[in-house]
Amino acid sequence: MRGTWTVFKKEFREFFTSPTGYIYLVVFLVLTQWLFFRGFFVIGQASVRGYFSLLPWVFLLFIPAITMRAWAEERRNGTLEILMTLPLRDPEILAGKFLAGFAFVVLSLLLTLTLPISVSLIGNLDWGQVVASYLGALFLAGAYLSIGLFASAISANQIVAFLLGAVFVFFFFLLGMDWVLATFPPGVAAVLQYFGLGYHFESIARGVLDLRDILYYLSVMAVFLYLNLRSMEVWRIGG
Amino acid sequence: MIEVRDLTKAYSTTLAVDHISFTVRKGEVLGFLGPNGAGKTTTLRIITGYLLPDEGTVTVDGYDVLSQPLQVKQRIGYLPEDNPLYLEMKVREYLDFVAEARGLTGARKRDAIDRVLHLTNLEDKYRKTIETLSKGYRQRVGLAQALIHDPPILLLDEPTSGLDPTQIVEIRNLIRELGREKTVMLSTHILPEVQATTSRVIIINRGRIAASGTLDELLQKASEGEVIHLELRNPPQEVEPVLQSQPWIESFHRIAEEDGAYRWTLRGPEGKDIREDLYRLAVEQGWTLRELWRERATLEEVFLNLTTEEATA
Repeated sequence: MRGTWTVFKKEFREFFTSPTGYIYLVVFLVLTQWLFFRGFFVIGQASVRGYFSLLPWVFLLFIPAITMRAWAEERRNGTLEILMTLPLRDPEILAGKFLAGFAFVVLSLLLTLTLPISVSLIGNLDWGQVVASYLGALFLAGAYLSIGLFASAISANQIVAFLLGAVFVFFFFLLGMDWVLATFPPGVAAVLQYFGLGYHFESIARGVLDLRDILYYLSVMAVFLYLNLRSMEVWRIGG
Repeated sequence: MIEVRDLTKAYSTTLAVDHISFTVRKGEVLGFLGPNGAGKTTTLRIITGYLLPDEGTVTVDGYDVLSQPLQVKQRIGYLPEDNPLYLEMKVREYLDFVAEARGLTGARKRDAIDRVLHLTNLEDKYRKTIETLSKGYRQRVGLAQALIHDPPILLLDEPTSGLDPTQIVEIRNLIRELGREKTVMLSTHILPEVQATTSRVIIINRGRIAASGTLDELLQKASEGEVIHLELRNPPQEVEPVLQSQPWIESFHRIAEEDGAYRWTLRGPEGKDIREDLYRLAVEQGWTLRELWRERATLEEVFLNLTTEEATA
């Protein structure tokens, strides 16, 4: 626990020791607000659903950008050797990195709360749906983060890590899209749909918190964090 | 303090460390000497738990590095090769992070940071971003990091590489000072480094231990390779039967002829200086002595011999 907290603080602080973290936040906020208000007055509904349906697309680039440095930079600068010779367990280090990214996403999402608040001033907003959507966004972000971290773990530098992360996430996201599923036989399509990152988010964005969706996101996180732990073992073997 | 037994480590195509065994005793400063690529860094990385061995065991203060890596890591202060640092951090933030990761909190953490800042003379760089520091100061930050938990064992991988002469002297003085109370293992490919700092040396080459001992022992070994050069104006037919009959000359070789003068190299019994005997012999025989000198292998040559012989074998 102590180790996780220590690594968490270091990682979270790193977002803000350079302008990068601030730039991410600004770009994320500007982009999401713009995407939201662009359609908001056209639809003319007091709802944030349109906004949340865009979130998986924004996260597609936003989250790999958060995670790209996590391992690739440590490996490139050799600081991995410092980190891995401190008396910390591998899962503690990994958890610290994951939670730091998660905290950054939470911070970004907190800053978007202005959206539902301003909408609720104009019209009658369904707050239940908003809360459910935010919760869903957190699970979605957790899944993306675990994928992005793994991409960073297997990449030689942060640019590769970013691209690889985005590709991985995009791949899992596409699996659940209707127009992709339409090209498969129904039986296969149903299975693929279950593995799609976006499919599970759609129901959450409608305001339905289903245990199956949550379990899905948790299992994606478990799988990719496990793969990440295995990469750490591979580094110790000298791979 | 550190027990290495039959340690072997191979990377995909090369055998980096080949069944080496050695012991680092409590309180000694051990020089781990070898050319680049000899396996020094790999060995240190295994001892610190950064890499896993293929075969063999490492115990540090009785703890096995494979089964109890955390106990091992707590006892070791480590300065890795090329001194990697979190460059965007301030010195304060970095030491704070390392101290906390090593379980120091509150007043104990502050004391530890103050102590290493003082020890490494970094007090006025405390608030600086590491990136802005010179190489010498960065090296001190690396050492401060390694010392923060006052470890009984220090592992330093090429601690003076890339520093200027003044900085090298400073770091060596610091290492000597630390060596008074800590067990230090210092890897280097620079011979003067071990002469300046260490009490015992292990020479490693191509993943194997080529020699080990105190500096005196290695120099002693060097004197076994000592030869006397003798140059006379007299022809071999006259000289060699006489040399042959002297019991204190183990062997001789004629190596050159020049302007009617001949040159021999001779070896006496181990540990005996035969120059004066040779002088008296020449006088007795009425030889015209042109040159008489001793070629003594330096530690440098011992090192070169040990590390190049195998390379060509």
